[in-house]
Amino acid sequence: MSDTADLYQALIMERTKNPRHAGKPDHFDAEGEGDNPMCGDHVRVFVQNDGTRVSHVSRGCAIMVASAELMADAVAGLSAPQIAQRRAAFEAMVNSGAPDQSLGDLNALAGVSEYRSRIRCATLPWSALAQALTDGVD
Amino acid sequence: MVDTAMSAALQDDFMDIEAIRRDFPILASQVHGRKLVFLDSAASAQKPRAVIDAMVFAMEHQYANVHRGLHWMSERTSDAYEGVRDKVAGLLNAGSRDEIVFTRNATESINLVAYTYGRAVLRPGDAVVISEMEHHANIVPWQMLRDAHGVELRVAKITDAGEIDFESLEAQFADGKVKLLAVTHMSNVLGTYTPVERLARFAHERGAKILLDGSQAVVHRAVDVRAIDADFYVFSGHKLYGPSGIGVLYAKAEILDAMPPFMGGGDMIASVSYEKSSWAKPPHRFEAGTPAILETIGLGAAIDYVNAIGFPSIAAHERALTDHGLAVLSNIEGLRILGTAQDRGGVISFVMQGAHAHDIATLLDRQGIAVRAGHHCAEPLMGRLGVTSTARASFALYTTAQELDALGEGLARVKKIFS
Repeated sequence: MSDTADLYQALIMERTKNPRHAGKPDHFDAEGEGDNPMCGDHVRVFVQNDGTRVSHVSRGCAIMVASAELMADAVAGLSAPQIAQRRAAFEAMVNSGAPDQSLGDLNALAGVSEYRSRIRCATLPWSALAQALTDGVD
Repeated sequence: MVDTAMSAALQDDFMDIEAIRRDFPILASQVHGRKLVFLDSAASAQKPRAVIDAMVFAMEHQYANVHRGLHWMSERTSDAYEGVRDKVAGLLNAGSRDEIVFTRNATESINLVAYTYGRAVLRPGDAVVISEMEHHANIVPWQMLRDAHGVELRVAKITDAGEIDFESLEAQFADGKVKLLAVTHMSNVLGTYTPVERLARFAHERGAKILLDGSQAVVHRAVDVRAIDADFYVFSGHKLYGPSGIGVLYAKAEILDAMPPFMGGGDMIASVSYEKSSWAKPPHRFEAGTPAILETIGLGAAIDYVNAIGFPSIAAHERALTDHGLAVLSNIEGLRILGTAQDRGGVISFVMQGAHAHDIATLLDRQGIAVRAGHHCAEPLMGRLGVTSTARASFALYTTAQELDALGEGLARVKKIFS
């Protein structure tokens, strides 16, 4: 499966099938959402500020769900400016395809750069998170 | 796996598929180092050499603006352009070439009808009925008419099989307000052919006109607008192996006569003064400005091309392909085909347990197989089917049974990744 393993590798499939951060928490401090009108994908992101814990409710493809999962791992405990920085680095990485050491497991999504129409799937949870951090709870 | 002997037999019965494939230069392409398997012809079909050459020839040897110049080049180009109107009239078996209006595409054709017939002939309080399996192009123009003109928009249900529900249709017509039934001739999602003769009779008996969206059907079957008794019939050139940018509106002569212009400008007038302008007769009344000359010539070449192969062969080939495709896909556990219409053609939408349509499309693409994934410009239908998106394989006259076998193998690999 070398032709597809670059994108749909074990880490992505594992996190899609067995998400650890899925579900709406009882209490949260901020909420954001993202839509992809092209495919009907939808993600809601919930932020609890006690150490910036992020969870998500995702309806969409494997890339989007895995991205939401890895994002939740990657931002745990970070401040808003640090999250913004990480988002910028992540978006640069999925657009260029060049792995970025500072991004750790998020590099699993580097292969998405080969599919222009799928980059949005990987970045959607991050825009939802950015919205949550900007808008707070409606 | 499916018997390959069946695939081989399928090729010889109806047409010389290898010769046909050589007519389409792009089919020799490779994608990601794999042979291209193009199963997205319902979105837009590939172009045969004859179409490419006709357009290049026009640009190199026979090009000027149409209907204007008194010089040799303009007259020859006008002849070529107007000649295509005869070809389209022949393709649809229209009563007259003057019933053929050139537009940009089927979408523009429907907008033209909604804007002109919709406002000039339909009255506030009248109703337009569409079905639950329409493309956005046959939904949104009617919504815009509703909001601007006070015409009611109603939706007739489809059955779980993906066929028009005539009981629901009857209910929509019950109060006598319906003046137009606008439905697809073939669903771009479910592949269902609608019973157009019956629908036309149904509408006419109740005092309504019928508009048929033939974007998909015209590619696969011989269409006879007089036998159907269609009032309006629309399609796009690019799905019929022609170029993008050229579409067709057929309407009965007496209906076109009563319609005001769509857009104003050159070519659509009889005379112009600052005080008042008068309109040209149809079809030119609806063709303002310099038309898509080269694209129209390309469409003419495409019509010649399909006519040379013949619709009986095309239809038989696609029927066999559809049966084969349904058999291949039915063999894949966890895959669900949407719609089980009795009369269906070479468009198959499906969903796979645990795998999102976009993941399916990406993984297939990696194997050189092009399918479409998403809502197929039919969001309300997705809601009716209880899905947010589907993957869709669609066939053309150059599609082979082996390509459908490749799809089956590709999907088996997708399934492995997602299981």
